[in-house]
Amino acid sequence: MVRKTTPPQDLIRGIWKENPVLVQMLGLCPALAVTNTVKNALAMSAATFFVICCSSVLVSSCKSFIPKEVRISSYILVIATFVTLADMMLQAYAPVQHKELGAFIALIVVNCMILGRQEAFSARNTVFRSLLDAVGTGIGFTIALIMMGGFREILGTGSFLDIPLFGPGFEPWVVMVLPAGGFLTLGFILLAMGYAEQRRKAGESA
Amino acid sequence: MTDRVETDKLTITPPAPDAAPEQEPAEAKVSTFRLVATLAVAGILAGILIALVNQHTHPIIETYRAEQLRKAVYEVLPGIARYDTYYLIDGALRPALPQGAKESDYKRAYFGYDEGEELKGVALSRGESGFQDIVLVIFGFDPAAGTLSGMKVLESKETPGLGDKIFKDQAFVDQFFAGPRLPLLGVKAGAGKGEPNEIDTITGATISSKVVISIINHAVEEWTPVLEQGVPEEAKP
Repeated sequence: MVRKTTPPQDLIRGIWKENPVLVQMLGLCPALAVTNTVKNALAMSAATFFVICCSSVLVSSCKSFIPKEVRISSYILVIATFVTLADMMLQAYAPVQHKELGAFIALIVVNCMILGRQEAFSARNTVFRSLLDAVGTGIGFTIALIMMGGFREILGTGSFLDIPLFGPGFEPWVVMVLPAGGFLTLGFILLAMGYAEQRRKAGESA
Repeated sequence: MTDRVETDKLTITPPAPDAAPEQEPAEAKVSTFRLVATLAVAGILAGILIALVNQHTHPIIETYRAEQLRKAVYEVLPGIARYDTYYLIDGALRPALPQGAKESDYKRAYFGYDEGEELKGVALSRGESGFQDIVLVIFGFDPAAGTLSGMKVLESKETPGLGDKIFKDQAFVDQFFAGPRLPLLGVKAGAGKGEPNEIDTITGATISSKVVISIINHAVEEWTPVLEQGVPEEAKP
């Protein structure tokens, strides 16, 4: 296979340029649902990071054994296994966060960001490059979730990582921690990114 | 999603004309047996892995749950030195379960005693549908005086910022520790007549607050006949 990207590029592109949430629009369900506080965003990112890294390594190392007719089922099986493990470990070691995230841990299975990386990258690349790609994508996902969690927690509850930022006079903007706040936040972040991109392109052509 | 995968330009590049052909067409048709076998083996391996991790994490999870429950009983029955767990079996209280029975299949009451072995109160837990999902509450009360001694929400998925005030709003929670009379009556904040059984509901979380009140009233109603029989002498541990 002709290589077009170098290993460092595998790692870096998922972080910002092809950020799974903000650019590729994948994995939006957890990004909208559990980013009402930074802590929840961190727990969700950690679980997803674990799942995508383990799945990418396993899929890329077993790729020659998997007949292509059943590859999607195999990927889902691999992902579901690691999600179950992450679920049990979170429940044992971070029970408070596990309770907050509820059903969304189990729903990591259907995060198409993870399945997308298996199909598009791990299934055709070496274990090392797949791991780099997974780490990059995982970091990109974490950055997006923390951005959203920070924005929503600061406006919705007036704190960051449970540390109050404003005086007692602060009136929390409750809608920001409700589902509607997730859509608003994502919309504004995408608007800002689109605007920056437009400015950059205008600057290049000028 | 398929579109997304296929348009991943970075990884799919046309092979150079002189490059060795990909080995894909070599096995044009894979036997059905091989497909089933692949998935079966993968499934078995996944099962073994999950079972192994579960063996490790299950005791930790159970210990944590038991610890949370123990703390909650002490919290809703202030001033107790120890408590006994009784199970409701065939309409009577028993200190132990029949052999092989699962603890979660039986309703439980926690009898709290102070240092002088006086019965201070009874703690009960019960779940009912809230605004989103089941709200699970544990509360302590004094059956003789008919007053509540405390309440704690064990599990709830109520709306963050609104319904979750049933355990985050200290003013609401404090009302249950102030010894209100049973059965409780939920009133709009400020609309009460100063009766000893009134609980001010939370503005914006009326349904969630009323669920807490109804859980307590229903549980007391259900258990009063059982508690009136008292604990059978021979059943005392």
